[in-house]
Amino acid sequence: MTARERGAAIDIKGATKRYGNFTALDDVSLHIEPGEFMTLLGPSGSGKTTTLNVVAGFTDLTAGDLAVGGKSIVALPAHKRNIGVVFQHYALFPHMTVGKNVAYPLTLRGMDKQARDRLVVRALDMVKMADFAHRYPSELSGGQQQRVALARAIVFDPPLLLMDEPLGALDKKLREWLQLEIKRIHRELGTTFVYVTHDQEEALVLSDRIAVFNQGRIEQVGTGRQLYDEPTTLFVAKFIGESTSLRGEAQASGDQTSLTIAGQKIVAYGKLAGGRKPVVLLRPEKLSLAGTNTPPAAGQNSLTGEVSEAIYLGSGSKYQVTLRDGSVAIVRSSLEATPFSIGDTVDLRWSVVDAKLLADDDRADMTMT
Amino acid sequence: MRLAPFRILLGLFCLLVAVWLVMPTLVIIPMSFNEKKSLAFPPSGFSWQWYANFFTNPDWLSSFFNSLRVAGLVAVAATLIGTLASLGLSRMKHSGAGLLRAILITPMIVPGVVLAIGIYAVYLDYQLVGTTTGFVIAHTMLAIPFVIIAVSASLEVFDVRLETAAASLGANRFTTFRTVTMPLIAPGILSGLLFAFVTSFDEIIVALFITSPYLKTLPVQIFTSITRDADPTVTAVGTIIFIATTLIISAGLIISSKSTRS
Amino acid sequence: MSQTSHTPTAGGDYPRPSGAVQGPQRRLRLAAYPSLLAMPALLLLIAAMGYPLLTVTLRSFSDPAWGLQNYVWFFSTPVNVTVLWRTFSIAAWVTIVCVIAAYPYAYLMTAVGPRLRLVLILCVLVPFWVSGVVRTLAWVILLQDSGIINSVIRLLGFDGVKLIRTQTGVVIGMAQVLLPFMILPLYSVMRGIDLRLVQAARSLGARPARAFLQIYLPLSLPGVFAGAIIVFILSLGFYITPALLGGPRSTMLSTLVQSQVLSLLNWGRGGAMGVVLLVATFVLLALAAPLMRQRHKQAARS
Repeated sequence: MTARERGAAIDIKGATKRYGNFTALDDVSLHIEPGEFMTLLGPSGSGKTTTLNVVAGFTDLTAGDLAVGGKSIVALPAHKRNIGVVFQHYALFPHMTVGKNVAYPLTLRGMDKQARDRLVVRALDMVKMADFAHRYPSELSGGQQQRVALARAIVFDPPLLLMDEPLGALDKKLREWLQLEIKRIHRELGTTFVYVTHDQEEALVLSDRIAVFNQGRIEQVGTGRQLYDEPTTLFVAKFIGESTSLRGEAQASGDQTSLTIAGQKIVAYGKLAGGRKPVVLLRPEKLSLAGTNTPPAAGQNSLTGEVSEAIYLGSGSKYQVTLRDGSVAIVRSSLEATPFSIGDTVDLRWSVVDAKLLADDDRADMTMT
Repeated sequence: MRLAPFRILLGLFCLLVAVWLVMPTLVIIPMSFNEKKSLAFPPSGFSWQWYANFFTNPDWLSSFFNSLRVAGLVAVAATLIGTLASLGLSRMKHSGAGLLRAILITPMIVPGVVLAIGIYAVYLDYQLVGTTTGFVIAHTMLAIPFVIIAVSASLEVFDVRLETAAASLGANRFTTFRTVTMPLIAPGILSGLLFAFVTSFDEIIVALFITSPYLKTLPVQIFTSITRDADPTVTAVGTIIFIATTLIISAGLIISSKSTRS
Repeated sequence: MSQTSHTPTAGGDYPRPSGAVQGPQRRLRLAAYPSLLAMPALLLLIAAMGYPLLTVTLRSFSDPAWGLQNYVWFFSTPVNVTVLWRTFSIAAWVTIVCVIAAYPYAYLMTAVGPRLRLVLILCVLVPFWVSGVVRTLAWVILLQDSGIINSVIRLLGFDGVKLIRTQTGVVIGMAQVLLPFMILPLYSVMRGIDLRLVQAARSLGARPARAFLQIYLPLSLPGVFAGAIIVFILSLGFYITPALLGGPRSTMLSTLVQSQVLSLLNWGRGGAMGVVLLVATFVLLALAAPLMRQRHKQAARS
């Protein structure tokens, strides 16, 4: 990644956007490194697209500051910001050919025809659309149109490229292939990318770092691994990957917290300050199932439940286990593990170190679908 | 098979309606070659004299050029003002937009004579009777609703997000309008221009009031010649207008079908 | 920062892109006040329509002296009341004739192939291709005692019919001019009617006539209303056609207004008549507004 210096750093400081009584962005601060691929992830209405629109200059801030490459751009209108934007709806000009569309930003910058043609060919080559320069957008498929839109957004070499759910309107196969294309283009350009999506898988595939948005705020910023393994809020834990959350009567002692769930006691490392209600969070692959007759190993927690769903996945199996308090756990087991059937009474087991203690948050429940 | 008689009846009835619609336009054509100075049907003989009269009689020619001049100015003014208004209306999001649109379209429904005496009264005060300015102001007001309707129809299908895209690529408001919005709503603007021209070229009621011996428009000349001396030159004028319109519309259709194909 | 130009959106993640490019707070931008763009049109409208109409209204109350005498005169003169009544009655006849002629025609437009449809649409538009005054002259040629219609009637062995300078002639001419205003809205509503609904009714056991009356007709009514209102309102203000085709016994209100002002120079009485016509038009429009709204609801459903 030698080209990284071509990208610009972005600093969002205390960004707030209010529409009347509605707060779309609530004191959001975010630093993005030059050349970084940053994804803004969150459910609809969480503020991620508003953030993008603020950076692009389509929306004014109510309060806060915004700097690209160290210079504040709050006072600049959109057309003077020199930032590439790719829209979900492509936004290609229907009355111009592909070539004219891509040349458009260069024409605006007063470039002469020769230099323009060279850059247009280069940009179209990069998205593998060079053969379509004389076609009109209406003659292209959705995937092709989006690649042209990408070419148009990078042709003037902006230090920052914003993408607003660019693959949202495409089918799954095409989306997965274009994700890899976008990754390749990011590597080749070295431009800073800011990518908005509500699809956590897409975010994990593409990003250097992910900022998780919820209700106009950033919940957590980190690499995909950090967000999956070390979520700091229940919302992040539930939004990224599958998980099981356990609630019960809590008691803290030393650096441990114990939970009593339907008469059975489990422990987790950590302690919550301020008397907030704790939740124990478990990833499916950290859980295992065992017959109730085998004793748990040292350092393992155990809860009894009944298998309510068993799905064979080829690479392993997935179970739903209904615990005695009615909550449902999701377990992913390898092929070697003993198989169980629906209706079996089983023990749900995990190492104490694999559990994550988080503060309970009822906002987290409404997000998962 | 029980439907067959119904279908025949329907077809015949509609044929009759079609004849009723088209007949007055077509009957003009044979009458314009009448040899006699009469409007009796069928015409007798064949002559070009009424066409000759139109092209040589200064009354007819000057009124024709007056109409062309007024309609040309009205077309430009109404298209400009009407397009601006349509753009504003399409960008207004609050409930005022509907009311403003309704107000701007009222000239279409206000009874012509009422408007005409009002304009006549005002023009008498401001010495605008029989002036090009007077005609252009009144006709522009009458033509604006048609421009607004035509341009608004185009704007309805125009994707505003393209303007956002243009801004992100570095275009300021004016450049965006010139390179993106304008070309895409051009068909609406063009048909607005045409409607405005026709509205003025064809307007008679207000014209009858604000006309003067020094400034007559073609419809006024036609009206007075019909009421005064049943001059068949009117049929020649009608035929010329009909053929010109047919040519313009055919050309328009050919151009628009070509541009949609590309 | 004025917040008035922003509408709060429920899913705040997608603020409306309208007036999308908004600059910083300090600069005043046209985009924030799009109504300014409509100002030239509004000003012209006020100057060339509002002010004249106000002048007419004022004179109807003040010429020759302040008071209601012009209105008292209007409603107490039998001739005026007769003409007012006749104006409404001619407008009603024109509307009825238009509905009867337009309904099958618009239906046929939806039922035939694209080529024949183009021909039918052309027939509707051709009347616009020739100057309105010229078209009225054509009606004089057609309707006169020695005209085509009477020639055909005589050819068939009947006695000639007096058409020119009669109310019948006026209705025939006006209806032809206004027919496109009836056909086009009807056609646009009928095009939106899902014909499978009629098929469904047939499959449920309805005979063709019943399926038409209970399914198709109610769905097409909004188009009938819309067209009828336009035709009726435009008829009220007609001037040229009745002036040329009609006789003294088919005078309409517009002609009376014209003669009061131009021939008798009586601005007060002419103004009062104009105001009556204007008020009638807008009252009708206000009464018709609920029907228009109904139309949108129904159109959305079908």
